[in-house]
Amino acid sequence: MDYLAVLQLFDSTLRLATPFLFACLAGLFSERAGIFDIGLEGKMLAGAFSAATVAAITGSAWLGLFTGVGISVLLSILHGLASITLRGNQLISGVAINFLASGLTALIGQSLFELGGRTPQLKGSGRFTEITLPLAETLGGIPVLGPVYEGLVSGHNVIVYMALAAVPITWWTLFRTRFGLRLRAVGENPGAVDTAGISVTGQRYMAVIICGVLCGMAGAYLSLGTSAAGFVREMSAGKGFIALAALIFAKWKPLNALAACLLFGFLEAVATKYQNVDVFGLFTVPVQFMQALPYILTVVILAGFVGKAIPPRAGGVPYVKEE
Amino acid sequence: MKRQVPGWVGLVLVPLLNLVLALIVAGVVVVFIGENPFRAMRLLVAGALGSSYGIGYTLYYATSFVFTGLAVAIAFHGSLFNIGGEGQAGVAGIGVAVVCLSIVGETHWLLAFPLAAAGAAAAGAAWAAVPAYLQAKRGSHVVITTIMFNFIASALLVYLLVNVMKVEGSMSPESRKFGTGAHIPYMHEMAAWLGITMSRTPLNLSFFLAAGAAILTWVLIWRTRLGYEIRAFGQSESAAVYAGISPYRITMLTMLISGGMAGLMATNTVMGEAHRLVLDAVQGAGFVGIAVALMGRSHPVGVVLAAILFGILYQGGAELAFEMPAISRDMIVVIQALVILFTGALENLVRFPVEAVFRNLQGRRS
Repeated sequence: MDYLAVLQLFDSTLRLATPFLFACLAGLFSERAGIFDIGLEGKMLAGAFSAATVAAITGSAWLGLFTGVGISVLLSILHGLASITLRGNQLISGVAINFLASGLTALIGQSLFELGGRTPQLKGSGRFTEITLPLAETLGGIPVLGPVYEGLVSGHNVIVYMALAAVPITWWTLFRTRFGLRLRAVGENPGAVDTAGISVTGQRYMAVIICGVLCGMAGAYLSLGTSAAGFVREMSAGKGFIALAALIFAKWKPLNALAACLLFGFLEAVATKYQNVDVFGLFTVPVQFMQALPYILTVVILAGFVGKAIPPRAGGVPYVKEE
Repeated sequence: MKRQVPGWVGLVLVPLLNLVLALIVAGVVVVFIGENPFRAMRLLVAGALGSSYGIGYTLYYATSFVFTGLAVAIAFHGSLFNIGGEGQAGVAGIGVAVVCLSIVGETHWLLAFPLAAAGAAAAGAAWAAVPAYLQAKRGSHVVITTIMFNFIASALLVYLLVNVMKVEGSMSPESRKFGTGAHIPYMHEMAAWLGITMSRTPLNLSFFLAAGAAILTWVLIWRTRLGYEIRAFGQSESAAVYAGISPYRITMLTMLISGGMAGLMATNTVMGEAHRLVLDAVQGAGFVGIAVALMGRSHPVGVVLAAILFGILYQGGAELAFEMPAISRDMIVVIQALVILFTGALENLVRFPVEAVFRNLQGRRS
């Protein structure tokens, strides 16, 4: 495998990791605040569909992105209503949201466009195209580092860069601001936060809404920022669950989340590019194993054999104010 | 002191109101698509129950949902949420296929059926065993691990069907057809023995297994020591431990029974209908089980009724999609989602006000 092929592999790793990264950070905000969210997948799917629909009708990728985010936030408010206000089961609410998104996107898509659940192919300003960073072609000639800048750093669309920027922003928000401290506190000990006179409900709703925004970004990336150039039925294809896996793998920490998402993106890139991987001619790793690897790794991590993954303590428990 | 609300309110009235709410929202979706919801409802019910053909299909689907619904319900009693029915039923298909493919000569179905059912239950239970163990011993959340195991199961199925079990020279990822020795009778065949003519439908012998499973589940949960321990554990783990119940033992047993129950579904689809192992023999039935268990309040009678309701939805929905092309089969998934949402997640939306009304009424009476 030559140098350029390796760069290409890393390049597609970055592209494939982008939706994982958004959804993983989305889950991080929600779960750090004590709200389990297995509905990342559904919100991502709904975001992808509504973004593509609006982009197809208006021809504006940005309007599409905003709509995708808006719809995803609506679903997360529904999740908040169920799990915060009505103290329902957060896991069941997540399951319901996943099915709701899966059914509604296909149903409405078919009724709007009659293309078997697809949206029309997006062209021109309807999607996010690759940005060539300044001097990419000039610097491309420099040996070794030039191709890295030209092929790997430059040449992605704006959402990929936003995803990368979201990692330090998340870290800073959670660990360096008062908002972040309170958010983490309601996930660990909501009673203490309440005693301090801060609204647990308000904090949790904020977290859930941020989660919705990020899931919408993940979805909009799928339909507006990839070669799919439009929405395809079930296009999230389990990515929300891989993101959930990455979140556990990352032990609910933003920088680890970046690493986990890049790892899972890399696995997917290898699986798509090479199908069955031949290991030194000794044995063949089937492509299905590569596809299942993120889930297997997560189970191993969850089992606590490789460092223990401890979720936020108040996760999944509705907060009932004492009377 | 809080006044008591009569039991039937929580058991019957609230679920019914939730179901009505779900159907109203589904009706709004139909209006949004530009169709008449009442006509759609009529077509759906007529498609599912209007002929012996429709009823056969309805009960065929319902049979699968009884198994997966009971699986989720049993786990709920132990306050475990088994989301992995889909994967457990998928792997159980492998169990059924292994048994059925090894039956070479002629046997009687009275022998083949229990063997295949045992294979299905064993494979389903085995697939639930790892998440169960990790929950019991390592504290990993069973919801997350069963989700992961669903994905691993689907990868495993693809691998086996593409690389191992595929018929030589064939392009489609499916196993060899089972021999005649592994054939279990269809309902219309059994009806013919009695001289009754019925339409040809996939409804088969597994229907009776599902009925038996529902009764056995009731016996297990409310009439055995183990069932009592499962319920005690589900109510309060610390109280159960104080009573000498081992959390490890109960978690393992509950999940194994639950996984085995989900696995039994494969007798209906793989052995009863497809007669070979195909990709996606489960087709979401594992997830429907969640809706069925929630609607049925984890009681076998409720589960059976909810399973029939979802059978009507699946069969009627298919007929509806045929009559009203604007309402594709995805409508079924939407209704399923709404049922899970209103009877599960948003349950208190109805429960809180209804209970308040009843407390008020009683307050006035006394």
